[in-house]
Amino acid sequence: MTLAHRNPARLAAIGAIAALLLVQAGSADVLPDNRADVFWSRYSGGGMDITGKSVLVRKKFSENLAVEANYFVDTVSGASVDVLSNASVIKDERKQKSGTVEYVHDKTTYSLSFINSTERDYVANTTHFSLSQDMFGDLTTLTLGFSHTRDRVGENVGKTDAPAVQWLGHADSRSYDAGLSQIFTRNLIAGLNLEVITDYGYLANPYRSIRFLDNSAKGYALASQVYPNTRTSTAVQGQAKYYLPYRAAVTGSYRYFRDTWGIRANTYELDYTHPIGNIWIFEGRLRYYQQRRANFYSDLFPFAGSQNFMGRDRDLAASQDTTIGAKVTYAFWPEGWKIFKRGTATLDISRIRFKYLDFRDIRDYNNTPAGGNYAAGTEPFYHFDATVLQLYVSMFF
Amino acid sequence: MPSRTMQTIMRNGLWASSMGAALLLSACGNIQPWVKPYERDRLADPIMSWDRDSISSAYLDHIRESREGARGATGSAGGGCGCN
Repeated sequence: MTLAHRNPARLAAIGAIAALLLVQAGSADVLPDNRADVFWSRYSGGGMDITGKSVLVRKKFSENLAVEANYFVDTVSGASVDVLSNASVIKDERKQKSGTVEYVHDKTTYSLSFINSTERDYVANTTHFSLSQDMFGDLTTLTLGFSHTRDRVGENVGKTDAPAVQWLGHADSRSYDAGLSQIFTRNLIAGLNLEVITDYGYLANPYRSIRFLDNSAKGYALASQVYPNTRTSTAVQGQAKYYLPYRAAVTGSYRYFRDTWGIRANTYELDYTHPIGNIWIFEGRLRYYQQRRANFYSDLFPFAGSQNFMGRDRDLAASQDTTIGAKVTYAFWPEGWKIFKRGTATLDISRIRFKYLDFRDIRDYNNTPAGGNYAAGTEPFYHFDATVLQLYVSMFF
Repeated sequence: MPSRTMQTIMRNGLWASSMGAALLLSACGNIQPWVKPYERDRLADPIMSWDRDSISSAYLDHIRESREGARGATGSAGGGCGCN
């Protein structure tokens, strides 16, 4: 048997690689500058306060090889409405370490990353590989990537001051992504990104519960969620960036998402960037997100075990959120200092309004507002506002 | 299961399309760029970068993916639960 008759899929892959190799060389690709960032963030909203601290260092060891390392710590206090409805307040910490190696050969950039994220009750390890190729006189960049994530999922069944983790299972996720970036004119660049993710294993959030009608005084009872153990999702994003006549940029993007759980989502974003000299860069951001509920989601099931799969995680509910954000970057060393080419400080503030269309706030049960008590299934829909603050200093060298 | 004839047609089609793509891309390597390198000063301005600060965009992506059902096609990779 010839090669062509043995494995057509492998053959197609060989053809694609041959196509990339046959693209003739011009100027070589260039790695970005060395940089170091010190980052602080705070998320407040929905009963939660999360403080993040991070350090990132990126260093070129030659014109072809760069290494990047990042350490991120999130400290969580408080708990969301789901947890308050079912459990105690939680304090936790998430530590994320990542390392990336980038290698450039001619017009191709290879990137390999490892990411470890550890919480008391959740461990995730991700390996990511991507290949990026400049083509057609460097007007087009094609990127192909693959990620593999192994998660270990647990639940803290202890108390805040005496945690006890019960491990529930594993999840495995594989992501395949492709991106195309295209220069159209001297003022316009556009991109198209596609990502397919498949998951297998324990995919539920153990801290969230379903509720179903019963004869108790409250009118409902809580029980564990039952999720499918597979999920496949597809996301396609298109974006364009235009350089305005007076040195400013406007960016528009749209993403369509669908998955095998029945969620359909649309995301729209519009950004405006306005520099003043080489000292200040101001940026404004508007984002709107809307999703349809998952097939097995319900705020209130008619009885226990009424479906094979049952979820009441608000991430699966029909919802919409709107973000308005502003960012200002100040260059304190615009012309550089000693070994540094440039130094900047950035403040980024976002306000996000989350609205749920079929997820009710069950903390409101038996409150006595003007309208009187709420029967199960008639509580107000949940909504909350969140503020996201980011402050970071970046040094380029 | 497709018949043997269909399998042969599919194999030949894949072979032909792979070689076609290889030749097409090889030929395209000679395309003269309609935006010349010296005309790309605006595109090289930092304000035209897709992602000026990866540390910030990865953080925002993590916040969104922990609270929204949709995920992916944003160019970032990460981990964690975001359960609470």
